[in-house]
Amino acid sequence: MSLAFSEDTRARHERMLARYPNREAAILPTLHLAQREFGHLSAEAIAYVASLLGFTPARVEGVATFYTMYNRKPVGKYHLQVCRNLSCSLMGAEHLIEHVAGRLGVRPGETTADGKFTLSTVECLGSCGTAPVMQVNDDYYEDLSEDKVDAILDGLR
Amino acid sequence: MELVLTTHFGNERYRFAETYEQLGGYGALRKALSMPKEEIVAEVRKANLRGRGGAGFPAGVKWGFLPKDLSRPRILVINADEGEPGTFKDRLIMTRGPHLLIEGIAITCYALEAHTCYVYIRGEFVREAEIVQEAIDEATAKGYLGKGILGTGFDLEVTVHLGAGAYICGEETSLINSLEGKRGWPRVKPPFPASVGAFGLPTIVNNVETIADIPWIVTHGGEKFASLGVEKDGGTRLICVSGPVKKPGVYELPVGTSLRSIIYEHAGGLRDGKALKAVIPGGSSTPVLRADEIDVGFDIESMQKIGTMAGSGGVIVIPEGTCMVRALSVLMNFYAHESCGQCTPCREGCGWLAKVLHRIENGQGRNGDVELILEVCDNMLGRTICPLADAAVMPAQSFIWKFREEFDGHLREKKCPYGNRF
Ligand SMILES: Cc1cc2nc3c(=O)[nH]c(=O)nc-3n(C[C@H](O)[C@H](O)[C@H](O)COP(=O)(O)O)c2cc1C
Ligand code: FES
Repeated sequence: MSLAFSEDTRARHERMLARYPNREAAILPTLHLAQREFGHLSAEAIAYVASLLGFTPARVEGVATFYTMYNRKPVGKYHLQVCRNLSCSLMGAEHLIEHVAGRLGVRPGETTADGKFTLSTVECLGSCGTAPVMQVNDDYYEDLSEDKVDAILDGLR
Repeated sequence: MELVLTTHFGNERYRFAETYEQLGGYGALRKALSMPKEEIVAEVRKANLRGRGGAGFPAGVKWGFLPKDLSRPRILVINADEGEPGTFKDRLIMTRGPHLLIEGIAITCYALEAHTCYVYIRGEFVREAEIVQEAIDEATAKGYLGKGILGTGFDLEVTVHLGAGAYICGEETSLINSLEGKRGWPRVKPPFPASVGAFGLPTIVNNVETIADIPWIVTHGGEKFASLGVEKDGGTRLICVSGPVKKPGVYELPVGTSLRSIIYEHAGGLRDGKALKAVIPGGSSTPVLRADEIDVGFDIESMQKIGTMAGSGGVIVIPEGTCMVRALSVLMNFYAHESCGQCTPCREGCGWLAKVLHRIENGQGRNGDVELILEVCDNMLGRTICPLADAAVMPAQSFIWKFREEFDGHLREKKCPYGNRF
């Protein structure tokens, strides 16, 4: 089966192209759209983006691999990204990461067997005043404690 | 105390155009549109507004580097990458006062005759980008952006562009490459963006806070803004305080406010009766200060005089009981992870710093490791296209210079005296 954008996404893509002077500048936004639509950026997804914009897959892949937010491998339904930079570490992020890892039975970088959760550690999320911080998909969860994280995870079943 | 930005940030409706207008918003744009363009630039020069993104370059002076001829279209790029660890102020502006940024963009573009603006927002800030986009849509509907703004012949298109997870893309030439759809590799300067920037066009890159200050400057005048701060560094700054203080957060304070009062008065001092051990004053890339060095004004020159930097205003408070080797190790992991790999001294150097620190922290350090780190630093400093290498070296050197005994202690005892964790 070959991948393609839905009608909706295709229309968004067209509108987006009009904001840039050339197709190259549309590579990052198109990759974002593709990741939303397809879940992760498989070789097929990269090839699709490349064909939409008129570049070789290698060209698009070279860009995609530079940026950490583009997932080349499948991630769980909920992608838990816990900040491990200094302000969060000072507020207990290391313990929090161990706690989440223990609870889910995975190490950072791994996905639970049921495909629900992927745990990652990330660098500063720009929310250090409410450390420790975790991003789950598009949302930030701040001022975390172990109890708070447990409640959040319970809510994400 | 006179505030430039945050007066209404407690009002949840301030992020909507209607409330923003009721509280005087977009008055500065109307005023600016009736002023000669050069006069707006002159007011910004008088304001002594220093870039809030980290480097502190005077905004009005930077604007003056645009080529005089108007044959090539100009571009304004807003740096909303907010990647410097310890910094979380632009997020506050974008969520609580997005129209301040948009009004600043409209005024700046009018003054610089730029008809295109990209707001480069870090990719993680999905919600923030939605709020900014909503505000752009509102402003466009009300005629502040788009074709012929407020009945003038001036067209302005503003586009939100999301990054995708790369600290280096906060560096302005890397950001431009990223905007162009390339890997975020910094460019060799010159040419400077003001002559050859995004899409080969003359480009000004400014931080969110820098541009959000512009409406106030237009309304109240550059001199008034300058008078809020210190000589050559005007206005207020958004200071971000993180770490175990009683009231972490963003504080808008006059430039030159003492670091001690930032930590002990505004942020309430340390929690749980802890004592202060060290402070990183301007984001993770700025040299660390010991607890006895905080009687200093938070402004660019005062910080420089004591060997550090005001940077992006990210004050990271480190309490007594923190292992400085571990703290530095966390930071070096960050720089090793974020080095773009283009320049050998940075790619290899950051990796080495992280590796050697990791082994010292874990009790496997070798004699001479501290000297090795300092030597690696010497081989990195000033030898790369962009300052990311310097940004790693500054904390590394200063942590060792000021807390040498802790590094030696790890080597001597072959373990972390603090129990190997925070
Ligand atoms: C490694 C690195 C990261 C940077 N990250 C940011 C950032 O996240 N946000 C920002 O505004 N400036 C950042 N800067 C500074 C920009 O290069 C540039 O100086 C700034 O955007 C100019 O705007 P200003 O003059 O208004 O401060 C960074 C610089 C370097 C070297
Ligand atoms: S250090 Fe965790 S959000 Fe900045």
